[in-house]
Amino acid sequence: MEQAIHPTAITPEITFPHEPAANTKRIWKTFWILLILTIAELALGLSHYIFHVEGWLLLFLKGGMIIFSVFKAIYIVSIFMHFSDEVKPFRLKILIPLISFIWFILAFLWDGTSYRNLRNRYNGPPAAVEQPAPHKAQKPGALD
Amino acid sequence: MATHIPAGYKWWTGGKSPYNLSYGKLMMWIFLMSDTFTFAALLISYGTIRVSSNYWPDPNYVFNTFPFMGDANLPLAFVSLMTFILIMSSVTMVLAVHEGHKMNRRGVEKWLLWTILGGLMFLGCQAWEWTHLITHVHPVLIDGQIKEIGATISQNHFGPAVPGLMHEGHQVHLPGPVGFGNFFFGITGFHGFHVTTGVLLNVLMYFWVRNGRFDRLGHYEMVEKAGLYWHFVDLVWVFVFLCFYLI
Repeated sequence: MEQAIHPTAITPEITFPHEPAANTKRIWKTFWILLILTIAELALGLSHYIFHVEGWLLLFLKGGMIIFSVFKAIYIVSIFMHFSDEVKPFRLKILIPLISFIWFILAFLWDGTSYRNLRNRYNGPPAAVEQPAPHKAQKPGALD
Repeated sequence: MATHIPAGYKWWTGGKSPYNLSYGKLMMWIFLMSDTFTFAALLISYGTIRVSSNYWPDPNYVFNTFPFMGDANLPLAFVSLMTFILIMSSVTMVLAVHEGHKMNRRGVEKWLLWTILGGLMFLGCQAWEWTHLITHVHPVLIDGQIKEIGATISQNHFGPAVPGLMHEGHQVHLPGPVGFGNFFFGITGFHGFHVTTGVLLNVLMYFWVRNGRFDRLGHYEMVEKAGLYWHFVDLVWVFVFLCFYLI
């Protein structure tokens, strides 16, 4: 049990190599998945430009794009970087520190929102854009 | 593939890597972890500033041009092309790694060259996009004076008055949300720096492969490590694309 199980391991540190794969079928399948996810993201991104959606529907579309991106990330890491072929101790070693992102994202976005609300409350509402009277209404020679 | 391992196999008894990885590859993963946190810090601080602003430019108006198409309104078209180029170069890199496992030198050379080409094309696209944003000026009324400004790290012409642009006689004191230029050029620049490093690494790999260095060593693991880095660059682009161009 102490020596390498697989004869073609690169160094004695490695118990078994996860390659070579038999063919490139998995790679091309992943490519198509990534392409379809990207097109779906673009469709969502353009739809809120074309139809001018607002409010909850806009948040829903943005949520959709975030979910698609997370799936793209999972496919790139697990297939292209062979993360899913690694052994469990290593996968946990990488994944456990990433849990801190849950706090990282929530806390900072919450903080930013709170900053905006406080500023709008104490400095007055969003600085209205200065709108001079339309050019046509201005009488010639009028200074004001 | 873990099916090769008998049940109850002891990973932590010493004499072998409990992660089933060589030292170099493990360190590449750990470097990529730290880089993940660097990029995350940049993107999350961008998010913080963005949600704390009452106005933020709509990417569909900011990124709506395409080289040699004049003023045609093509939102997100060019960045889609850039994304496609980067995904494609990631595929060619994984094919190079695949050929490396089969000890096929010609195959590794071929796919590495395609990967390098993809990386250079991506960098060219980014250079065009930056140049366009900086030099394509718009008139903005700043403190009673009309100034022609482009999008830079200190000012930009995007504002709430008109979607995308803030001219048409609306007067402003400080043009544009300044943070937009800061974060856009900062983060895409940092990502572009990573792409440049990746291209240089791949060029180095290409020459080492050509020299027969890995044939003498008996394995192409170094190509695999460069590949990990290259896929990471693609991975970061997924989130840069999401945060700056889509949301």
